[in-house]
Amino acid sequence: MKTLLIILISSSIVNNVVLSQFLGLCPFLGVSKKTETAAGMGGAVIFVITIASFVTSIIYKFILGPTGLDYLQTIVFILVIAALVQFVEMFLRKNVPSLYKSLGVFLPLITTNCAVLGVALNNVSDGYNVLQSVVNGFATAVGFTIAIVIMAGIREKIEYNDIPGPFKGSAIVLVTAGLMAMAFFGFSGVI
Amino acid sequence: MNKITERLYNGIIKENPTFVLMLGMCPTLAVTTSAVNGLGMGLSSTVVLALSNLIISALRNIIPDRVRMPAFIVVVASFVTIVQFLVQGFVPSLYASLGIYIPLIVVNCIILGRAESYASKNPPIPSLFDGIGMGLGFTMSLTIIGLVREILGAGQAFGKQILPLADSAAGKAGYTPISIFILAPGAFFVLSLLVAVMNIVRKNAELKGKPLPAPQGCLGEGCTGCSFAASCTGKTPVIATEEAKTADDNKKEE
Repeated sequence: MKTLLIILISSSIVNNVVLSQFLGLCPFLGVSKKTETAAGMGGAVIFVITIASFVTSIIYKFILGPTGLDYLQTIVFILVIAALVQFVEMFLRKNVPSLYKSLGVFLPLITTNCAVLGVALNNVSDGYNVLQSVVNGFATAVGFTIAIVIMAGIREKIEYNDIPGPFKGSAIVLVTAGLMAMAFFGFSGVI
Repeated sequence: MNKITERLYNGIIKENPTFVLMLGMCPTLAVTTSAVNGLGMGLSSTVVLALSNLIISALRNIIPDRVRMPAFIVVVASFVTIVQFLVQGFVPSLYASLGIYIPLIVVNCIILGRAESYASKNPPIPSLFDGIGMGLGFTMSLTIIGLVREILGAGQAFGKQILPLADSAAGKAGYTPISIFILAPGAFFVLSLLVAVMNIVRKNAELKGKPLPAPQGCLGEGCTGCSFAASCTGKTPVIATEEAKTADDNKKEE
């Protein structure tokens, strides 16, 4: 229980996936113009990464590990993740239309999001079991959601400010991300 | 021969993947804590890029159009695995400092982007040199960014101390490293300066009537420039018109 709590805090806040590991940067910069859109993206990422960590860690523990094929993990994981996202999308559209309406548009964006593959690989390299992997995946995705929602909130305010010409657009967003990374750096003493 | 030099020039200077096309920002930010790391990451990506371009181009008439993305991913992932083992075996110190960013070369947009936009439409030899050119352009940019961060953040270049450090205890004057530049926030600051400088360069080039190619990655126009747009089966939300589009989709479903 204690290890799970430590994983939860360290993956969501201390080693924030975007601000200290630079994974999932594309949606972080691309889908952070409005808070609602950002929250929707965050929700979809939580959903996909949690399921993907569960599936990839089961595959690693019961198929790749015992058969000594663990060197195939990169190939297997990326294909499993791509197929899984497609499958989740089809499943949601057929069976849970209300959830599909709020998350559906974001799902195709996540297929090749490096955060999903990154979490799966981290789970293996840190030697987590299935439960720890699921918690780690969930916490990482929550960290992503925290970062993208804060970023969207700040960007809504930045719109009305007078920004020097060359910094307009993505440059000022990167400066903001840098300042946020500094703030999150303050958590590094927590664990 | 002319085609080959044209491809190399195109990748290294004209359409430099980092500076001009703004692709592959994940590894650019993550591994450029030192020039050596940038160089290592760049060269690993170059090998993957050149070989996967060659194979994909050779198979371009065999792979059915509908399953081309998964097929490309398998080719790329195989080469990434090979490179990962080579780095692990021959340069273990580099492997330790790059960590999971080596397997993550698979999802680097430069590689699938080149496969989709060049290798799947052109013969193998130009595709090979397109990969080498793009890879060398990426290597050069990563090394330059890494060098800047290393000099500012530690006073070193390629691991050698070039600026003598200040030592207040011994009363020695010297350089005080701005260590934030080799930490995570510094990566964002350096990249934002780079984007700002490129905005100025872009504007000047436009005034001269020789506009640079538009940025394609996530720093460009939302998801329209994404190299995966084609694989998203047209459902990718264009961020500005997102809500209008969702409304349309809802109508269609009803």
